[in-house]
Amino acid sequence: MASLELKNIVKRYKSQTVLDNLSLTVADGETLVLFGPSGAGKTVLLRLVAGVIDPDEGKIFIGGDDMTDVDAEFRGVGMAFQNFALFPHMSAFDNIATPLEAKRSSQGAIKAGVESVAKLLKIAHVLSHKPRALSNGQKQRTALARALVGSPPLLLLDDPLRNVDAKLRFEMRLELPRLLADRGATVVYVTQDYKEAMALGDRIAVMSQGVIRQLGTPEQIYREPANIEIARLFGDPTINLLDVKPARDTRGIYVGLSNVQVHLAGAYETAVGRDCVIGLRPEALSFVEEGIPGAIPVTVEAETPLNEKIVTLVRTVRGREILVSRPAGTLGRSEGKAHIAVDGKSALLFDHASGDRIGSKNVVALRNGEAA
Amino acid sequence: MEHTSLLERILRGIALTLVVIFFMFPIVWIFMMSFQTNETILRIPPQLIFEPTLANYTALITGKLMTAAGTLDIAFMRNLGNSVFLSVTSVAVSLLLGVPAAYAFARHKFRGSEDIAFTLLSFKFAPALLVLLPLTLYFQKLGLANTYIGLIWVYQLICLPLILWIVRGYFEDIPADIEYAYRIGGHSWFATFRKIALPLAGPGIAAAGLLAFIFAWNNFVFALVLASADKQPVTVGALAFITSSGIQYGQISAAIVLSITPTLALALYAQRYLVEGLSLGAVKG
Repeated sequence: MASLELKNIVKRYKSQTVLDNLSLTVADGETLVLFGPSGAGKTVLLRLVAGVIDPDEGKIFIGGDDMTDVDAEFRGVGMAFQNFALFPHMSAFDNIATPLEAKRSSQGAIKAGVESVAKLLKIAHVLSHKPRALSNGQKQRTALARALVGSPPLLLLDDPLRNVDAKLRFEMRLELPRLLADRGATVVYVTQDYKEAMALGDRIAVMSQGVIRQLGTPEQIYREPANIEIARLFGDPTINLLDVKPARDTRGIYVGLSNVQVHLAGAYETAVGRDCVIGLRPEALSFVEEGIPGAIPVTVEAETPLNEKIVTLVRTVRGREILVSRPAGTLGRSEGKAHIAVDGKSALLFDHASGDRIGSKNVVALRNGEAA
Repeated sequence: MEHTSLLERILRGIALTLVVIFFMFPIVWIFMMSFQTNETILRIPPQLIFEPTLANYTALITGKLMTAAGTLDIAFMRNLGNSVFLSVTSVAVSLLLGVPAAYAFARHKFRGSEDIAFTLLSFKFAPALLVLLPLTLYFQKLGLANTYIGLIWVYQLICLPLILWIVRGYFEDIPADIEYAYRIGGHSWFATFRKIALPLAGPGIAAAGLLAFIFAWNNFVFALVLASADKQPVTVGALAFITSSGIQYGQISAAIVLSITPTLALALYAQRYLVEGLSLGAVKG
């Protein structure tokens, strides 16, 4: 049993506040992904939990016990580092064995433990090698094995796939969720890769500048990003962002895109007449025939066929560039004039000044709450 | 691979030879002098071909110096023993004190840690003679004058700053994450120091120890003032060869050959560590 609870954590380095009054709860057995740009404080947060640095303020609870002042070696967590942090003077076997040695396990138990986790991670054949002789992928697996071997109830993984090649990263992205689920451990996983975050997290905490900007399921983060920044970070190709000023007519609230009225589905009353930014996911746009209501005339500028999808860069009559993504094998235009339609239901509307999303019930409630 | 023309290689060979001759000449000349008598050494013009004699070495090892004025007792072998004892013990004490201190300075930035580290380094800035006068008075009061303990203590001025600063650079070079990983694995900080930091800084510690040994070995002035004949190292002991009946060049040469042999052997053996240690210490210090 190892839930994790952080209460009002503050960490400063000199005058710089790295973590600003941060609170977070991770349920037992849950995988929480900490996602954010570098410098957001993700790694610092992980180290605070591991106990190798101390918070200036706040409390850390692991499995309900106050661990704030407990030394790292007594917290019973497992951690994998972004730079692997393998012990260069020890073989892979000895590296993986260190947490078991600390528990004073018998030689036999150590051997059995290391070999079983090595087999799981497919590094059994390189156990006698020094880290120097391992490939990046093997190093990464060794580091992961070292974190897993003691079956810690709380696992901290600091961007473990950062320094491995794309192919291995893809494989591990598929393998890791199953591996972590099998262990039943509570996991805090740090990454800068939104695909990794979406693939691994039960929930995702989006961090920037020492604050959690949004906490939710991958679905929530993607469908209802709290602000423009988060919308931009999740999704490939990047979301299209266009300045608009919503207006109202008999059919509801609409925005004008290239003189075409696109009606929005959602509670956007507050947005009428304000300077806004509309966010259109490239996959929410589709090529349509001329003459269909809501068809926006565009010129195709370039087409990038990727394996599973085709991304087209188009230009509107007003000169704004938009990315359109469609599954490979579906019809579209690769050059010349074309028309696109917008799926009004999946459009996102953001306030131009603050960047916050408009219309989300949560956000609205919060705003009212603040005002009151 | 870099391509070099034949001419380039020849020129480089010549340049290297010149450098080697320039630096090795004194040592070779001393080595040759050590096998000659005073008469052949002082012959003008000097001659490369001579009849080698082991008389100088015999005199040193037996401790009987034959001069024109008669037989003189010299304690060269005892000096050599003193040198070995003083240098080895000083370096050992320095390592024992300096390595943990270097680790503390590298890993724990506390208020004033930089100042303390710098103060320790500044011991090396002070001219030895300036320190010596008050030190002599204190040592006489404390009963440390002319004792091995007193000398080893003073030798810490030479060894400790060197070891502290070089080894500190090495400790700082070890990524903190590696040590964190070991601690998170469930090991105490002391186990981390012993099992991770010490082995990884090993080459640096060896290099620093070696350098400190050479500096301690070559020290002259501390021992000259603070020790009497029976505690003096070779550097001071060599003064005995300036006798009333003239300077015993042959014996001096033989004494030099004998006294540089241990450091030379050590340096050659650990050359790789030494260069690494020096350059690292310089960059990180």
